[in-house]
Amino acid sequence: MFENFINLYHGFHIAADPFNILLMAVGILLGVIIGVLPGLGGANGVAILLPLTFSMSPTSAIILLTCIYWGALFGGAITSVLFNIPGEPWSVATTFDGHPMARNGKAGEALTAAFTSSFVGAFVAVIMITLIAPLVAQFALQFGPAEKFAVYFLAFASFVGMSKEPPAKTIVSMMIGFALAAVGLDMVTGQLRLTFGSTELLNGFDFLIAVIGLFGIGEILLTMEEGLEFRGKAAKIDPRIVWKTWKTLPKYWATSLRSCIIGCWMGITPAGATPASFMAYGVAKRISKNGKNFGNGEIEGVIAPETAAHAAGTSAMLPMLALGVPGSPTAAVLLGGLLIWGLQPGPMLFVEQSEFVWGLIASMYLGNVVGLILVLTTVPLFASILRIPFSIIAPVILVICAIGAYTVNNNVFDVIMMLVFGVLGYVLKKTNYPLAPLVLAIVLGDSAEEAFRQSLLSSGGSLGIFFSNGLVSTIMGIGIIAGIWPLLQIALNRFRRVAQPA
Amino acid sequence: MQQAPHGAGSGPTQRNAEIGVAVLTLLFGLIVIYGSTLVGIGWGSDGPQAGFFPFYVGLIICGCSIINLLHGLRENPTELFSEWSQLGQVLRVLIPTAIYVALVPFLGIYVPSVILISVFMKWLGKYGTPLTLAVALGVPAFFYITLERWFLIPLPKGPLEAWLGL
Amino acid sequence: MKHFHALGLGAVAALGMTALSMLPASAAWEPTKPVEFIVPAGTGGGADQMARTLQGIIAKHSLMSTQLVVINKSGGAGGEGFLDVKNAKGNPHKIVITLSNLFTTPLATGIPFNWKDMTPVAMLALDEFVLWVNASEPYKTAGDYVAAIKAAPDGTFKMGGTGSKSEDQIITVAFEKAVGKKMTYIPYKGGGEVAVQLVGGHINSSVNNPIEAVSQWRGDKVRPLCVFDSKTLPYTDKILGDLSWSSVPTCVSSGVDVEYLMLRGIFMPPGVTDEQVAYFVELFKKVRETPEWKQLMKDGAFNQTFMAGAEFKTWLEAAEATHKGLMQEAGFIAGN
Repeated sequence: MFENFINLYHGFHIAADPFNILLMAVGILLGVIIGVLPGLGGANGVAILLPLTFSMSPTSAIILLTCIYWGALFGGAITSVLFNIPGEPWSVATTFDGHPMARNGKAGEALTAAFTSSFVGAFVAVIMITLIAPLVAQFALQFGPAEKFAVYFLAFASFVGMSKEPPAKTIVSMMIGFALAAVGLDMVTGQLRLTFGSTELLNGFDFLIAVIGLFGIGEILLTMEEGLEFRGKAAKIDPRIVWKTWKTLPKYWATSLRSCIIGCWMGITPAGATPASFMAYGVAKRISKNGKNFGNGEIEGVIAPETAAHAAGTSAMLPMLALGVPGSPTAAVLLGGLLIWGLQPGPMLFVEQSEFVWGLIASMYLGNVVGLILVLTTVPLFASILRIPFSIIAPVILVICAIGAYTVNNNVFDVIMMLVFGVLGYVLKKTNYPLAPLVLAIVLGDSAEEAFRQSLLSSGGSLGIFFSNGLVSTIMGIGIIAGIWPLLQIALNRFRRVAQPA
Repeated sequence: MQQAPHGAGSGPTQRNAEIGVAVLTLLFGLIVIYGSTLVGIGWGSDGPQAGFFPFYVGLIICGCSIINLLHGLRENPTELFSEWSQLGQVLRVLIPTAIYVALVPFLGIYVPSVILISVFMKWLGKYGTPLTLAVALGVPAFFYITLERWFLIPLPKGPLEAWLGL
Repeated sequence: MKHFHALGLGAVAALGMTALSMLPASAAWEPTKPVEFIVPAGTGGGADQMARTLQGIIAKHSLMSTQLVVINKSGGAGGEGFLDVKNAKGNPHKIVITLSNLFTTPLATGIPFNWKDMTPVAMLALDEFVLWVNASEPYKTAGDYVAAIKAAPDGTFKMGGTGSKSEDQIITVAFEKAVGKKMTYIPYKGGGEVAVQLVGGHINSSVNNPIEAVSQWRGDKVRPLCVFDSKTLPYTDKILGDLSWSSVPTCVSSGVDVEYLMLRGIFMPPGVTDEQVAYFVELFKKVRETPEWKQLMKDGAFNQTFMAGAEFKTWLEAAEATHKGLMQEAGFIAGN
C-alpha cells in the first residue's frame, strides 16, 4: 500500500503538468455541455472526441476524456434541477427533490448541493481506488449473472416502497416500464419481441426518451396548465449562496457516507451509476427522519442520488483498468481508447504501465477539484436562467428536448415518442400514477431479466442458483428484507396502535 | 359537462380521466399479452422463453387496470380533472409542439425549430420581432455550430439544408 | 461481425486475384459534405472501435477532404443500421461497417435486408476467433478440453459468447457438432464481459476475438487452446512468456474441424455510381498503409485479407451460403 502512495506522488507530477491541467478544464467544460444536453450522454461525448485524441500522449488523452466524463456527471444535474429534465440517466433521481427545490426558489442551493455531493462521491471513490484497487478488482470477478441479478433486485427492492399513490396504480406504472423495456431484441434468444413487425420499434424504448418526455415535456404541460409562469421565478440570485449552502451540508454526513458506499459498491459490481442513484435515494428516503418530505424539495433527496451516482461513475473506472471490463457505457468507450493508444487494460496494466495508471488516478483527484471549482462558479449563472420569461424559455426547452431525443439513437421516430411520453406524463401525473417506478423499471428491467435468464441458462433452469453461494444469498437476502420492509413497518405500526388502546 | 361544486368553471371530470387512463392501460396490457404469445410464453428447459416475462407483466397490467377502473367508477363525479380554460392553455403548447414534431421528419430539425420558437414568442409571449428573430435564429444556429461542427453529430436536415449544401 | 469464412476455406482466395484490375484508375468523384459512417452495433464494441480508429486515422492523415462522422445504429441486432443504409438509395455520403450480423440478423430476426440490398465496397480485414479456457483449468490443448467435454454428460460445459444466434453461437454449434456433445451456451452483451466471466470462472470456455481476451492472456488468467482459422497466425510478438499468437495451433490440427472468420467490411447504399465506390476503395487502401492501421491489425491479430469488386462479391455469396447452412442446421432461422 505504501508503494501506492509513491506511485500516486509520481502520478501527480504527471497530471499537474500545466498542459494537462488545461486539458482538464477544457474536458470538464465540454463535459458539462454534453451533460446539460439530454440524450447526448457521457459515452457519446467521449466516443465523439476519441478520434481527436490520437495525436496526444495516452496520458493526456485519457485525462481529457475522463474529464469529459466528470463534466457530464456534473452537468447532468443542472437541467434536472432547473427544468425537471434529467440530462443524464443517473440524474433522474436528482429531479425528485432537486426540481421541487428550484420551484421553491432554491435552485442555487439545489445546484450547490448537487455539485458538492458529486464531488464528495467521486473523491471517496478515488480514495478507495488508490488504497484497495487490486483487492476490489478480485471482488468484482465474483460477479456472475446470478450475483448481478441479485444486485438489480436489491436496487429495485430498496427503491420501491410504499408510496402515497394507490398500490394498484404504482404496480401498473412499474409494469408498463417493464413492458416497454422488453420491446425490441431479446438478448438471450436473439428474437424480436413486441415490435409487431414495425422497424421503428427495433430499438425498443430508450430510457432517456421516456424520461425526457415524461419529466421534461410533462413538466412544461403542467406549467402551462397553471398559467404561463415558471414556478421558480422568484429565486433570488446571491453569489454567496454557495457558502450558505455549504454551511448546512455537514449535518447530512450520514446520508453522504451511505450513498458513497452504495455508489462504490454499485460501480464495481458493475451495475452502474443509474441504479446506484435510485437505490441511494430510496435508502435515504427510508432512513432519513425527513423521509416523509422527500419529493417536496428536501436537500437530502439531492445529496443522496448525486453522491451515489458520482461514486459509482468513478469506481466504474476500476474494473475497466484492472480487468478490462467496462463498468459503464462510457468506460466501454474509454476502454476502446486504451486499445487504440496501444495500452491493454487488464491485470498487467498496473504493472506494465504504472506511470499511465497513476497519472490517471492522480488526474481523477485533480480533475474533480478543477471540476468542482468550475461548476460552482456557474451556479448563479444557471440559477438565473429561471428568470428568463417562460414564453422564451419554453420553446427553447422543447427544441433542446427534441434534439436530445434525436441524438440518443439518431432516430426521428424517437422525437415523436418523446411527445407521446410527454402527454402520457402529464395525464399520469394528473391521475396520480407515480412516474418513478416506471422509469426505474425501464432502466433495470432489461438488464435484470437478462441476468436472470443467463443465470437460469447456466443452472439448467434451477432457481437454486440465486442462493447457491454466500455472496449471492446475502445480496438476495438483503434485497428481500428491503422489499418487505415497508410491509413490516405497517404491521409494526398497527401492532403498536393495537397495543396502546386509547 | 358537469358544473364544478365551487362554480369555478367546467371541464372533464377526474372520474372520466381516471376511467380513460385505466381503459388505456388495460388496452396496453392486452397488446403486451398478445405480443408475448407471438414469441412463446413458456418455460423451456433452459429457463423462460422470450415472451415469458412480458406475458405476466401484461397480465398484471390488466389485473391492476381493472382494479383502477373499478376505483375510477366510484370516484366523485363532480370533481374536475382540469378546467376547459386550463386545458386550452395546455393545448396552446401541445398543438404547436405536435406540429413541430410532425414536421421534423420532413424539414429536418432546424427550420421547424425556428418556426416553433417564433410562433411561441410572437403568439404566446407577444415579444417584438427583433428579439423573436434573434432567439429563433440564434438557438438553432448555436446547436448547428456546437453539435454538427464541433462534436460532429449530424441532426436531421431537410430540403432547405440540402439546397444550401450543408 | 464475423464473417464466416467457413468450413471449407481456400477456393475463394484464388478467385480474387484477377479482380483488382477492374477498378477505374481515376476516381473522379469526391465527397462534398461530411460522410456518415454507420456502425450497426453499440458504442464500445469491436465494430465501433474499428470505425472510430478509421475515423481517427483518416482525420490525422487528412485522407478525405470532408469529415467522417461515426453514427451508432444498433437496434435490432444492427438491423436498424442496415435498414438505414438500404433506404438511403443513391446517397454516396453514407458508408457502413459490417460484422457477421450482416448475414445473421436478417436470418435470425426476419428484419428485411440482405447484403445484396447494399453496394459492397471492400473487405478491410477478417477477425479471428480463438477457443479460450481459464488458465487454472487443467486443459493444455484443445484435445484435452474436447476429451473432458466428451467424458461429461450433455450441457455440463458452459460456453460464453457475445449475443444470441450470432457468430459466437454459430461457432459453438459447429464446435458441438465436431465434438459430438452439447454445451450450454450463455449469451452476454459484449466480448469484454465474456472474457471477464471466463476469468471469474462463471463459464468454462469462450470463443472471444483475440483483441477481446489478449489482456487477460498477458495476465495469465486465460489460455488460448486453438484458433478457428486454416493456418496459424503470423504474429510472433511475445505475449506471455515465450508464447505468441503464432504458437496457438489451429483447431483443425487439434482435431476440432471448425473454421470461422468474421468479415470487417465496408458497404454503401444501393444505387451509388462506380466512381463513388472506387473513391472509398482507394481511401481504405490508403488507410491500410498507415502505421496506426498496421498496429491495430497486430494488436488484434487480424487476418489481413483485403478484397474489393467482383472478388469481394463472390466471397460474400459463399459466406452467405455458409451462414445460411449453419443457421438452418442449428434451427436459428426466424419462424415468421
